[in-house]
Amino acid sequence: MLSSAILLGPQRHVRIVQPAIDTLAATDDRPVALVSAGWEEREAEDHEFRDHVQRTVINLQVWARVERIFERDRELLTAMRHRHDTLRRVQELYRLRLQGAMEPTRELLRRPGDDQWLAAERHDALVMLQGIDSQHVARVAQVHAEFEQRWLPTERTSVQRERRDLQKKLTDVSCLCIAGGHIAVLLHRLRLFDVLAMHGDRPVIAWSAGAMALCERIVLFHDTPPQGSACAEVMEAGFGLVPDLVALPHAKMRLDAADERNVQLFARRFAPALCVLLDEGARIDWNGSRWSAVPTTNRLTEDGWVEEVGV
Amino acid sequence: MSLVRRIEEAVVQGARSLAALIEATEFPHVEGRSVTFVFQGEAQEVTLQHWIHGLPGSLPFRRLRHSDTWVLQLDVPPRSRMEYKIGVSMFGRGQLVRDPLNKHTARDPFGANSVVYGDGYSPPEWSLEDPEARKGTIEDRHVDSKVFGDWRPIKVYRPARFRQTRRYPLLVVHDGFDYLGFANLQTILDNLIHRHEIPPLIAILTQSSDRMHEYAADPRQADFLVKDLVPQMEQILPLVREPSARAVMGASFGAVSSLAVAWQHPGFFGKLLLQSGSFVFTEIGEHDRGPMFDAVVKFVNEFRRAPGRPAESVFISCGVYESLIYYNRSLVPLLQETGMTVRFREAHDGHNWENWRDRLREGLSYLFPGPLWLVYE
Repeated sequence: MLSSAILLGPQRHVRIVQPAIDTLAATDDRPVALVSAGWEEREAEDHEFRDHVQRTVINLQVWARVERIFERDRELLTAMRHRHDTLRRVQELYRLRLQGAMEPTRELLRRPGDDQWLAAERHDALVMLQGIDSQHVARVAQVHAEFEQRWLPTERTSVQRERRDLQKKLTDVSCLCIAGGHIAVLLHRLRLFDVLAMHGDRPVIAWSAGAMALCERIVLFHDTPPQGSACAEVMEAGFGLVPDLVALPHAKMRLDAADERNVQLFARRFAPALCVLLDEGARIDWNGSRWSAVPTTNRLTEDGWVEEVGV
Repeated sequence: MSLVRRIEEAVVQGARSLAALIEATEFPHVEGRSVTFVFQGEAQEVTLQHWIHGLPGSLPFRRLRHSDTWVLQLDVPPRSRMEYKIGVSMFGRGQLVRDPLNKHTARDPFGANSVVYGDGYSPPEWSLEDPEARKGTIEDRHVDSKVFGDWRPIKVYRPARFRQTRRYPLLVVHDGFDYLGFANLQTILDNLIHRHEIPPLIAILTQSSDRMHEYAADPRQADFLVKDLVPQMEQILPLVREPSARAVMGASFGAVSSLAVAWQHPGFFGKLLLQSGSFVFTEIGEHDRGPMFDAVVKFVNEFRRAPGRPAESVFISCGVYESLIYYNRSLVPLLQETGMTVRFREAHDGHNWENWRDRLREGLSYLFPGPLWLVYE
């Protein structure tokens, strides 16, 4: 668990990383480390970030390092591709069962009344959904464990070389910033190098997909996709470095917060974690023991409302 | 009191009452399924001209109490669109005009029509300019065509944040300039890419000056795309050189040409997007569509006899108000039997650019699903 972290909404228009750095590392003028691996091939295009934070920035180039490893270590590349295919299959199978359970749960929440029988069915339906989510998280963890056991990625020469360099770069930074982007790319590449463990207990500031990666669970969501069902799904466990929170970036665009039942279902399914909407301008701070948020940061309530997180 | 009754009363009360009512009411007036059209002007006959297959092409307005106010009520299904003009006849001379009381128009290469939106329809927000969306670019180029022995103008759409070092899927568009002008294609590509509903892609927009011949399954057009256009584009643009990353699309005769290209060069394009294709065929005897359709019917008949497996997946759409709906529906089971993945969508709309525009989100995201669920920037 981190002793201090700040999670933010998207940074394209409302840039608030710099004040977050000032909060966590005001008196520490050492450089700031940046992970922008979620931007994939645009990883190095960090000039806007540099202009904004007005500090020395060390881009850890996590994405490029993995690309280099793939060029040298074809066996690892093949193994990671195989793991990727397995994860896709596991996700598809989970989705089948999840979708079967979602609609009856929605319908139970839609039904008027609150008698003991309806309440019992609602409760059990939610427990079943939570069970499906937990089983999925466990299966994905098993895929990762089997991969790591078989291929020992951190012991491979190609990976060790990059890890040593990363370790060196992280020695003298004040805090670590993790940008958004492609959540699976970001998560798996951070995990390969164990960047967060290297960084230790120093402050972390993360936004969008970066914020999702720090949470205990990564929840993918979109209520109006052009194809397929609009059923939020758990991707896998995140790093679990901040507790009891589900990060929902770009919620204004992705989440139908006007649908009370939808909000209710979302909040109850992931309870007791707080479902926090990380839209532009949103900021929620973790001080090692509790959360606090700026007034414009909202959460979903189990009653079906969207309300300010509060203190 | 019904709107028509109120208009009739206003006519009796006089010009000021009528003007006030017309001013205060939006026309055509949509109330549930019922749509009321009003025309004011001197005429001996006023009609509503439309292109809805199965309805008489000309629907008469009713003159109210010998005045110059004419009304027509129609049943229009929810979420539908209907393009029309008003026919005004006087002393044996007729004129087609857009509805002066209707602010909604739909443009096409021949001009513009008035358009009425059924209850619950509005132009999809993803087809409108989104200030948040990063903009792609359009570049004018030309392609030397050995096949045609001339050069052809094209436009190249590059997505926002284009990088020469990345490889992109390819979308080839028949009547591409018209798709830009009348179906907001650039805005739609920008929006769908920005929202991660489709991946960043490169679109090559082609336009023929003789589409009624070249798009009528002319083998030269197929060869032009496969032997001239795509190879030349692959030399200058970072494209994924695999059929699964290539799509060809078009509407009407453009859809015929798209299917014909895929049939004549099976497997070259992995994906097809066919909108309101003019897939006219005859099982018995001759067709009655005129000589312009001879080559089309010949191709579709041959295709139906031996479809092969032209591509991997196909999205087909057609309006239920089109005469072509029967032919498009007939094509679906045939394509499914080839083993292709097929999605067919019908719309309460006609043979027009806004129908084709409104189906682009579903069609493009079906053929090129984007990383929507995984990207949170």
